[in-house]
Amino acid sequence: MSTLHTVNKSPFDRSSLETCLRLAGKGNAVLLLEDGVYGAMRGSNASGMVETALSDVSIYVLGSDMKARGVDVDKIIDGIKVVDYKGFVDLTVEHDKVNAWL
Amino acid sequence: MKFAIQVNEGPYNHEASVSALNFVRAAVDAGHEIFRVFFYHDGVNNGTRYTTPPQDDINIVNAWSELAEKHSMDLVVCVAAAQRRGIVDEGEQERNGKDGNNIAAGFRISGLGQLIEAGIQSERLVVFGD
Amino acid sequence: MSDIKKFMYVNRTAPYGTIYAWESLEVVLIGAAFEQDVSVAFVDDGVYQLLKGQDTSELGIKNFSPTYAALGDYDVNKLYVEKESLEARGLTIDDLMALKYEDEDDDWAEKDSIHVVPAAELADILEQQEVVFSF
Repeated sequence: MSTLHTVNKSPFDRSSLETCLRLAGKGNAVLLLEDGVYGAMRGSNASGMVETALSDVSIYVLGSDMKARGVDVDKIIDGIKVVDYKGFVDLTVEHDKVNAWL
Repeated sequence: MKFAIQVNEGPYNHEASVSALNFVRAAVDAGHEIFRVFFYHDGVNNGTRYTTPPQDDINIVNAWSELAEKHSMDLVVCVAAAQRRGIVDEGEQERNGKDGNNIAAGFRISGLGQLIEAGIQSERLVVFGD
Repeated sequence: MSDIKKFMYVNRTAPYGTIYAWESLEVVLIGAAFEQDVSVAFVDDGVYQLLKGQDTSELGIKNFSPTYAALGDYDVNKLYVEKESLEARGLTIDDLMALKYEDEDDDWAEKDSIHVVPAAELADILEQQEVVFSF
């Protein structure tokens, strides 16, 4: 069973991303959306945790939410892939279930 | 593929409703079926037709109603959560002796069992919330 | 597709500060009637939902904590508390309500519903689920 996890909180606001990464199985995928997109940015106090996680899980970030917040693709951690809503839908299809870390 | 969607937050306090709308539109465009959208917690506020945002703001309630009409989408507002928050249809108006109702076009009020059923019947459940 | 699905309810919010814990419990109770294979996880502040001794009388709002004790009667008896979340909050299982169920496959022996599991084990349990509800 492969899971797509969604995280919609800034890592500086709540522990959603940290908890998600702690409980995500190897080979799972994580999509950062809404305020979760801040967790995809390079050079923050949270990016070390995210970079380490990239060896176990695939991480995606929702482009529309980045754009809305002025988060440029150049500021994203290497290895994180930007997807649009169609890509979000595709990710839910490619995985067996979705676990939203609200 | 058959999707169930759960929306936990009100339309203007939180991005969840907009995310859900965009997801549902993208899923429909990709040829998927939306079995049901279930509105829970403050998400029930997506279903009141009295919502009147400024002209330059998106009308999220109308956006749902349009989706419902265009794709015969099943939009279900949880009755328990709705009663707490004053979302009323004709049936609830009569049952609870209220002087009006406010349910928006395309929405219906029903029990939590509709969420569980959606989880059973659909191939994917996607939850949007806080 | 089998008739019975593996349902997981994930709770990550404390009670009373917001309504999520209570309305989540309402879903679990209603869902029990559908006879799915139900598990409930308590992670992060969700572990506070199970604290002993909740008393809302001075607030004048409903104390829903006794409802957790009824879950066993609804065959909801797989309650997983993440060990790391519990420890991070300075709590042990003794701080939680002693929730029990009667095991019909074991001569109705009374058993604990709450299982404290480390993150790695909870991750495996999550992997096995088919539908995850979040509130």
